[in-house]
Amino acid sequence: MSKNIDQKIVNDLVSQGIDFVTSVPCKQLAGVLEVIDQTPAIRHVPSNKEDEGMGLCAGAYLGGMRPAIIMQNTALGVVVNTLSTLIQFYHMPLPMLISYRGEVGEKVACQVEMALHTKALLAQLHIPTYHFHRPEDADELPAILAHTQMCKKPTAILTDASFWGAAQ
Amino acid sequence: MIRYDVLKTLLPVLGDSLVVCNIGSPSQELASLSDRPANFYMLGTMGLCSSIGLGLAMAQPKPVLAIDGDGSVLTNMATLATIANNPAGNFVLLIIDNGSYGSTGDQPTYASGKTSLAAVATACGCETVIECSAEETASLVETALVNDQMTIIVSKCESGNVAVPVITTDPVVIAHRFMEEVTR
Repeated sequence: MSKNIDQKIVNDLVSQGIDFVTSVPCKQLAGVLEVIDQTPAIRHVPSNKEDEGMGLCAGAYLGGMRPAIIMQNTALGVVVNTLSTLIQFYHMPLPMLISYRGEVGEKVACQVEMALHTKALLAQLHIPTYHFHRPEDADELPAILAHTQMCKKPTAILTDASFWGAAQ
Repeated sequence: MIRYDVLKTLLPVLGDSLVVCNIGSPSQELASLSDRPANFYMLGTMGLCSSIGLGLAMAQPKPVLAIDGDGSVLTNMATLATIANNPAGNFVLLIIDNGSYGSTGDQPTYASGKTSLAAVATACGCETVIECSAEETASLVETALVNDQMTIIVSKCESGNVAVPVITTDPVVIAHRFMEEVTR
């Protein structure tokens, strides 16, 4: 069941011109994906792995669309080369809406292992990174999406368990 | 025929089609044969040629030819499931299957062994899958580019590369001139 926050996030995507989304699902982002599938303004093409998804996004961008990817932070282990040699090398804007698993509130110990590396990897890749921890942090999403298009870079929006737990 | 010969036969049938070309020798050979702004050369990122091609085909109406290889499709084999489930009539995936990793020294791929990429594509649900000889490739590509039918062509050719220069065009230039062609 989607919540108001899921609808708000998708409204922001649409208002900022995002019209192509690829995803590999995460429980925390299930509501967002549910709303996206009810949103005709967004073409949603699920991918099997996040690097494949970034390839789809690159093609959609070259074709004139404004893509975004929805993924889990564990996937950063999959996409380092793609971010570097495709998205960054060709100067493509790509907002990454990321479920930040492994933070306080996490129930699965293994998720903490990639949480330990998440911000370090993003910093190493020089990716502008925004962390939604409290519900009001999401108010910055439209500006982050506009910033992504302006600078033609991948950007990371990390959304943690505290955020999803408190957001209505 | 090796890949270079197949690429040479493709040149007259490309028309205004948008081409996404695989990393390494394929892009280098295509660029040296006939550079055109409607070619998107991959300079890195093994495996994603078909994914970029599909995204491009979904985003705009011009015909799109992704020139991929057997090794690179094996790297991203799930792409065939995504392609099958999101058919785009203006998309043609040409897998130049020379049974080897051409850019790295012609090491054999599993496509030269027991694995049939045409059978994999069919099993993934792709509806129009054609395996053909190198000689038949260009005419099949020509037909597929004008059909409103997504087509996967597996072109069986010999292993081998031609010594051509690496691509030194700036990636931002490649993307920019390509995007201008898309909107032209």
